[in-house]
Amino acid sequence: MKELQKIERFEIRLSGTGGQGLITLGRVLGHSLALGHGYNVTQTQSYGPEARGGSSRADVVISSSAISFPKTENLDLLVALSQPACNAYYRFLKRGGVLLVDSELVQHAPTNQFVGLPFTKLAKDKIGNELTLNTIVLGAVTHLLAFAEPRIVRKSLEETLPPKILALNIKAFNLGLREAKRHLGEAPEIWQTAAENGAEEDMEGFED
Amino acid sequence: MAHRRRRKRKELFAQGNEAVAQGALLAGCSFYAGYPITPSTEIMEIMAQRLPRIEDGVFLQMEDEIASMGAAIGASLTGRKAMTATSGPGFSLKQELIGYACMVEAPLVIVNVMRGGPSTGLPTSPAQGDVQMARWGTHGDHPIIVLSASTVPECLEMTVVAFNMAEKYRTPVILLIDEVTAHTREKITIPHEDELEVLSRMQPAVPPEWFKPYAEAARGVPAMAPIGQGYRCHVTGLTHDQMGYPTSRPDEVNEFMTRLFRKIDNYYHDVVLVDEYCLEDAQYAVVAYGCVARSARHAVDQARERGHKVGLLTLRTLFPFARPAVERLCMQCEHVLVPEMNMGQISREVKRVNNGRSRIRTLNRVDGQIITPSEILKAIL
Repeated sequence: MKELQKIERFEIRLSGTGGQGLITLGRVLGHSLALGHGYNVTQTQSYGPEARGGSSRADVVISSSAISFPKTENLDLLVALSQPACNAYYRFLKRGGVLLVDSELVQHAPTNQFVGLPFTKLAKDKIGNELTLNTIVLGAVTHLLAFAEPRIVRKSLEETLPPKILALNIKAFNLGLREAKRHLGEAPEIWQTAAENGAEEDMEGFED
Repeated sequence: MAHRRRRKRKELFAQGNEAVAQGALLAGCSFYAGYPITPSTEIMEIMAQRLPRIEDGVFLQMEDEIASMGAAIGASLTGRKAMTATSGPGFSLKQELIGYACMVEAPLVIVNVMRGGPSTGLPTSPAQGDVQMARWGTHGDHPIIVLSASTVPECLEMTVVAFNMAEKYRTPVILLIDEVTAHTREKITIPHEDELEVLSRMQPAVPPEWFKPYAEAARGVPAMAPIGQGYRCHVTGLTHDQMGYPTSRPDEVNEFMTRLFRKIDNYYHDVVLVDEYCLEDAQYAVVAYGCVARSARHAVDQARERGHKVGLLTLRTLFPFARPAVERLCMQCEHVLVPEMNMGQISREVKRVNNGRSRIRTLNRVDGQIITPSEILKAIL
C-alpha cells in the first residue's frame, strides 16, 4: 500500500481534443487527491469556445502545502492525447518529467523519452465504448503517481460519476491500471529513468 | 456538556462558481434571476437546482440580462435576498438598472465573472477588464461597493460578505471574479449556519402610517419595508424625497444625494477589506486582486527565498478604493508593482493615491492568459 507522501509541488497537464473528457478526468483526479487523499489540489482548465474538436486541457497541481499559483508552469507529468497537444505542451515539461501519450494518436513524439498506451483503441476494443477513454487514462495515471492510491481513486469515481455509467468506468479504470502495470513497468522506475535522462541532458550542457 | 462531538463540515472539490452559489445560499439568497453566459453559467445551473428545493426559493431564467436585473431588483423590494450573475457582455446590459438599484437603494448582489473583451471578446478566457466599469458603468454620480475574490474558498466567503454589505447598506454590491477563479477547482469547506455572520436589512420599527420609506436615519440607511405588507412603498428612478415621491427641490435632492454617499463613505473601515502578506519589512510591494493575486503570492514567496524584501497587498474590496492601505505602502516601499489583466485599471487608482511618493510600475497582460509568477518575479528582480 502506498503511503501519503510529502509533495512539494507536483504539476500535471492533461491535454488533447475537446470531447475526450479531459476536464472530467481532471475533476475526478483532483477530487480524489483533495478529498480522498487529503492533499492541497487546484484543478484549472482551458478550452476553446467550441463544444467539440477544439483544443482542451486540464491542469492539476498537487502539494502538501498551500498552493498559491493554481496553474502550471513546469510540468512533472504531461498527458497528451493528440499530436497538436503534444507538440504545443512538450516544452512545458520539466527535466525529469514524464510524457504519457496515446500511442495511436501521437505518432511523432518530440522525444524518445516517453511512455504510451493506445488508450482510444483500448476503449474501443476492450471496453466497447470510446467515451471511457478518459477513465482508462485515469487508471494509467494512478499507476504512474506514486502518491495516488488506486482504492481511493476508485472510490472517487463512485462519488463523482452518475450510477448509470459507473460500472463501465470502473472496468475502464481497472483496465488502465492493469495495462499501465504490464507495459509501462513499475512507477518508481519510470520516474527514475526520466530523472536519469534529465541529468544526462544536463551533462550535455543545455541551458534552461 | 464537556464532550460535545464536533460536527463534521461538508467538504467539496468545487469550482469558484459553485462556491459563489453555495455562499449565496448560506447568506440567505432565495431569489435568482439570470441569463446564462460563459464563464458564469455554473452559478446559474446550481441556483436552478438548489433554489426550487428551499422554502420560497425562486429561480427565473429571464429573456435577457436586462430583464434579469429588473427581476432581481423587484424581488429585493419584496424583501428577498436576490442575486444575478453574468459576464462582460451581460454586465454591459445590466448597467442602466444597476443605477436604478442604487437610486431606489435595493440591496442585491451582482456577480460578474470577467472574460476577455470588449464585446463578445474571449468567452472562455480570463481578463480583468471590467474593473472601472463596475465602478462607473452606470450613469450619474453614485457610490457602489465592488468586491473581488482570488481563491475558491474566498468566492464563498466574499459572496456572503457581498450579501451582508448589500443588506447592511441597502445598496447593490458587485462581486467581480475572473474566469480563472470561477473555473478553478479547490477544496471548500461548507461552514455550519451558526458559524457564519448573516445580516439582514433593517425593518421599520414604526406602524405603517408613520413610516417614511426614505427617511434620514442614523447610519444614513433607511429601514426597508417589503412591498405588500401595508407599509407605503413608492419606487421611482427619479430623485425622490423621504416619502419616495419625485422631487427636484435642491435642498431635498442634496440631502438625498449626500446621504447616498455618506451611508457608504462613513463606514469605509467596514467596507474596505484587504489582505496583507509579508508587508511588515517590505521594501518592494505588489498590489494585486483576483487570480493575479495568487500568482503574485507565489512570486513573493520565490523572491523572499532569494532574499528580497517583497510584500503583497491583495485587494478584496476594489471600490471604495483602499486608500489608507495603499498610502501606507507607498510611503514604506520604494517600488510598487501593479500586475493586472487589463491595460491598467487599478494601477490608475494606485498612482492617484501615491501622489508621487513611490515608483509605481505596471505589468499588463491582455492576451486572455493569466499573469504567471515568473513574469511578476522578473518584473520585481
